[in-house]
Amino acid sequence: MNNNLFFRLDWLSVVIYILLVSFGLLNIYSTTYNESALSLWYPLSPAGKQLWTFVGCIFVFPFMLYVKSNFFEHLSYVFYIFSILSLLGLFVFGQTISGATSWYSIGVFSLQPAEFTKITTALVVADFLGAIQTDITRRNHLFKVSLLILLPVVLIILQPDAGSALVFCGLFFVFIREGLDIRWLFLVLGLIVIFVATLLFKPILVSIIVSLIVFVICLFVKNPKTRLNTYLISLGACILFSYSVDFIFNSVFEQRHRNRFNIILGLETDTRGIGYNINQSKIAIGSGGFSGRGYLNGTQTKGNFVPEQHTDYIFSTIGEEWGFIGSSLLIVLFNLLIFRIVSRAEKQNSIFRRIFSYAFASMLFIHFFVNIGMTLGLVPTVGIPLPFISYGGSSLMAFSLMLFIYLNFDSQRLS
Amino acid sequence: MIRKFVLLSFTLGISLVFIVQLLKLQVINSNYNELSLNNAVEKRPVYPTRGLVYDRNGVLLVANQPVYDLMVIPENTISFDTLELISFLNIQKKELLDRLKNIKQFSSKRPSAISRQIKKEKQALFQEKIWKYDGFYFQKKTVRDYSLPIASNILGYTSEINPSELKNKNDYDLGEMIGRQGIEKTYEKILRGKKGYKFFQKDRFNRIIGSYEQGTFDSKPEAPENITLTIDSQLQIYAASLMQNKRGGIVAIEPSTGEVLTLVTAPSYNPNLLIGSGRSKNFRDLVNDTLAKPLFDRSLQAEYSPGSPFKTLNALIALQENVITPKTVFSCNQGHYYAKGAFMKCHCPIGTTNNLLKGIYNSCNSYFAKTYVNIIEKDSTAAVGLNRWKNYLESFGLGNYLGYDLPIGKKGFIPSSSYYDHWYQKENWGSTTIISNSIGQGEILTTPIQMANFTVAIANRGYFIRPHFAKLNNETMSDSLYSKNYTLIKKRHFETVIEGMHQVVEKGTAKVAKIPGIEVCGKTGTAENFINLEGKKTQLTDHSIFVAFAPKENPKIALAVFIENGYWGSRWAAPIASLIIEKYLNGKVKRKWLENRMLNGSLISEYKKPLSGKPFDINE
Repeated sequence: MNNNLFFRLDWLSVVIYILLVSFGLLNIYSTTYNESALSLWYPLSPAGKQLWTFVGCIFVFPFMLYVKSNFFEHLSYVFYIFSILSLLGLFVFGQTISGATSWYSIGVFSLQPAEFTKITTALVVADFLGAIQTDITRRNHLFKVSLLILLPVVLIILQPDAGSALVFCGLFFVFIREGLDIRWLFLVLGLIVIFVATLLFKPILVSIIVSLIVFVICLFVKNPKTRLNTYLISLGACILFSYSVDFIFNSVFEQRHRNRFNIILGLETDTRGIGYNINQSKIAIGSGGFSGRGYLNGTQTKGNFVPEQHTDYIFSTIGEEWGFIGSSLLIVLFNLLIFRIVSRAEKQNSIFRRIFSYAFASMLFIHFFVNIGMTLGLVPTVGIPLPFISYGGSSLMAFSLMLFIYLNFDSQRLS
Repeated sequence: MIRKFVLLSFTLGISLVFIVQLLKLQVINSNYNELSLNNAVEKRPVYPTRGLVYDRNGVLLVANQPVYDLMVIPENTISFDTLELISFLNIQKKELLDRLKNIKQFSSKRPSAISRQIKKEKQALFQEKIWKYDGFYFQKKTVRDYSLPIASNILGYTSEINPSELKNKNDYDLGEMIGRQGIEKTYEKILRGKKGYKFFQKDRFNRIIGSYEQGTFDSKPEAPENITLTIDSQLQIYAASLMQNKRGGIVAIEPSTGEVLTLVTAPSYNPNLLIGSGRSKNFRDLVNDTLAKPLFDRSLQAEYSPGSPFKTLNALIALQENVITPKTVFSCNQGHYYAKGAFMKCHCPIGTTNNLLKGIYNSCNSYFAKTYVNIIEKDSTAAVGLNRWKNYLESFGLGNYLGYDLPIGKKGFIPSSSYYDHWYQKENWGSTTIISNSIGQGEILTTPIQMANFTVAIANRGYFIRPHFAKLNNETMSDSLYSKNYTLIKKRHFETVIEGMHQVVEKGTAKVAKIPGIEVCGKTGTAENFINLEGKKTQLTDHSIFVAFAPKENPKIALAVFIENGYWGSRWAAPIASLIIEKYLNGKVKRKWLENRMLNGSLISEYKKPLSGKPFDINE
C-alpha cells in the first residue's frame, strides 16, 4: 500500500508546490531584509514564521494522504457548518486588523477562517453537485448550491473582506464544467463588458451600441416570433443594467471603491494617494528589466516603496529582483499547476472528487488572476494573496491543505 | 466538449495578458527603470579637499580646515533647551524660531542647516551636549584656512555655489565650494580636483538606509594639484606694513620672468574674515565700506594719471622717432609758454638748459612738453603723430588688459586721434591742446600694475614678460603667454633713459631712495587729481608716485608704488619703494629711521578732508 501510494502520487504537483513555497520564502525574506538585520530566519520575522508554517504543513502532509476520500465526502457538511460558525464567531471574538475583522489571534499567530472556508465550501459544493440526483440545469438545484456558496460570501463581505469573498466566484467555473448552460458564461462576460463600458463612457452611448449588437445577434434567431421578444427583452435588460451600474457606481459605491476602478481604467491619475501602490508596484516591476536586479538587490524593494510588499504585492519584488525571466517563469509554473490539476480531475472516477479538484483549480486561478493583475495594474486593487508565495500563515496552510486533499483524491482516482 | 476547456482557456488567456504587460513594463518601456533610480537611489558627491597654495619660497599660504554646519531634521526634534542653543549660536530667540519655521516650511523630513560654518573649537563645546537635541547633528565641511592673514587680494576666496549659478555650471552640485576671486577663481580647475560620487539606497520617506549595491558604482574623488605662487610672502608682509594708514597700491615684479613678487592694495582685509559663521556679515561690511573700499584692488583696478614716470616713455618714443637725441637741449624758465598765453609751470630755476639726462633727473616739464610737441608734429597732422605715439605705448602694455592670471583688472586709457576728434571738432586740435600728456597728466590713465610693467620693460631694455602670479609646471610656462613681449623701441635708446633714472636717485628728485651698495633707478611722480565733491570739481592733494628697478644692471626687482594723496613722489612713494628694494635685495633694512617714518606715517587726516564738509587746503 505504501509503495503503491508512492507511485500513485502526483509528484509533478508536489514538485511545483515545493518550488512555489520556496520561491515565496526567498522573496518574503528579500522584502523584509535589510543589511543591519541580525538573523536570517528569526522565528518571529515574516520569513521565519512562513518557514515554520511550511514545516508544519510538510509534517501534516503524510497524514492527509492516508485519509480515505469518503471521510471528506461524509463529513463535508460538518466541516462546512464548523467553518460557518467560525466566521460567525469572528463577530464576537475576532480581531480587527486594518479595518477588517477577519482574524482570530492566538498568541503570535493569527488565523483567518475565511481561508479555510474556501476548502469547506469546495467540499460541500462537490458533495452537493456530486450526488446522483442533483442536476445543475434544474433551477431548484442551482438555487440551492448557490445558497451554499452565498452564505459564507455574505459573512465574509460583512467583515468586510470583499477580496476573499470574490474568490468564491471561481466556483462559477465548476458550474460551467458540471453542465450549467454555457449561455450563462456569455451573460456574465457581457455584463462585465457593459459594466466597464459604462464606467468608461456614458450610459446612453453604451445603450446605443448594445442595442446594435443585440440586434445583429437576434438576426440569427430562427423563430421570427421569438426574435422580437428576445430582442426587446435583452435590449431592455442591457440598458437597465447599464443605467443601474451608473447609478450604483456613483451613488452606492464609496469613493474608495470608485477610485480603485478609476485608477485602473485610467480615468484618474493619482500617484500619491490611492494610485500610489499601483504606481510604485509598476515602477518596481519595470525597474527589474529583462533579467532583474538580482536577489536582494531590488532598490524599490529595499526602500519599501511598495506597501504590503511581502503579502499582497510580493509579485512586485519578484518582478524587480528576478526580472521578466523570473516573473514569466512564475506565471508558467502557475499555469502548469492549474493545467495539471484540471487534467487529472478529468480522469477522476468520482464526481465528488473531480468537482473538488476543479474547485481548487478555479480558486487558484482567481487568486492568480486578481493578485498578479492588481500588481501589474490591470485589475482594481483587491487584497488577496498570491497562493503559496505571499506571506500569510492561514493562506499557506489553507492552500497546502487543499493541495493535500487534491493529492489524496488524485491518488485514489481509480477507486 | 467545450465546457471542459473554459477554465483552462481563461488561465491561458489571462497569462498571456500578464506576459504582454510584463514585456511592456520591463522590456519595452525602460522609462520605469529610470523612475526607480530617481526615487530609490541618491547620488551624493564626495569632494576632495581643495588644493593648497604656497608662496615662491614654499611657505604655506592657504590650507584647509574643518568647519561644522549644525543640521536639523524638524520631524525628529522634540522639545529642547532653547536657551542653551541660542547662547551657543549667539542669536536671539526670535531669530532661532524664525529659522526653524523657515526650515520646516522647506521640508520637515530632510536635513537643513540652522547655522553654518561653525569653527571646530566652538563646535567641540557643543558636541558633548548634542545628544540632548534629538533631530540635530553636526555636518562636517572643509573651508579654507589662512595661516598668514595676507594677500587676500591675490588669493581671493571661496564660497558655496548658489542655485542660480548652477544653471550655467552643470558639473557643480548645490553647496559645492567654488573660487570667487583671485587665485581661487583663476585656478579653480586645478584647485578643485575631481569630485567622486557615492550612491545611497533610500526608503520611501527619502531617508538614506545604506549604501547602494555595496558601493559598486561609487567613484573616488581625485586630489587636486597644489599651486605655488610667485609671491614672496615676506616681501608682501613688509610692503603691506609700509602701507598701513595709507591708500594706494604696490606692485613689484621680477623683470627677467614677469613673476609678481608683491601685490599690495591698501586698505585690504584679513582673509580669515570670509570663513566661519561670521562670513556673510563680514562680507557685507566690506562691501558697504564705500570710502576705504577694501574689496577694491587699487593695484589692479584703480586707474590713475601716471604722472612724471610717464616722461621716461615719452623720452624713449622721441629717441626712437629720432625727434630728439640724448644731446638735444631745451631751455626752461620756471616753465615755458607752449602756446600764446598758455604757460606750463616747472620747478627749474630761470635760465636752466636741460639735456635729456638732466631733463629726466630734474623731471623738467618744459623739456618733455617740447619733446612731446616734436613727437606729435613730426608728421603732416597731429592725428598721425598721436596714433603712432599710442602704438608705442601699447607695446608697453598700456591702454589694454595686461592678461595676467587674476580675474580682475582695468584697461587704463591711452587716447587716440578719434578720441580728440570727438571732443574737439575734427582737426581742431593739435599738440598744444593735448600737451598735458607729455608729463603723464591729461587723458592718460594707467593702473599701478601697468606702471610696474612698463618699468619692467625699461629695466629689461625693451621687453616684458606678462606679469603672473602662479608658477605653473613647465608645460604651461612654455606657453606663448609667458614669452617675451618686445616694445617698439630699439634697445640702444634705453641706456640714456636708464642713466637718467639712475641720476634721479643719485642727485635728482629722489635722493631719499638711494641705497648704499645698490644702483637704484627710479622716477618720481606727483599727479594732480580731482574728485566730484557735491557737484563741484575739486582738486585734492597730489598722488605720490614712484617707479623703480634695481640693480641697474641685471635688475632683480621692478616696482611701482602709488600713494593716494601723498603729495610729492619723494615724500612717500620713493622711500617706500626704496625700502622694499632694500628688503628684497639685502634681506634686511638698515635705514631704520626711514622705515619707522614710513611705518608710522599716516594719511588718514588727508583722506578725511573732503568728507569734513568744510573748505580745506591741499598739498601741504
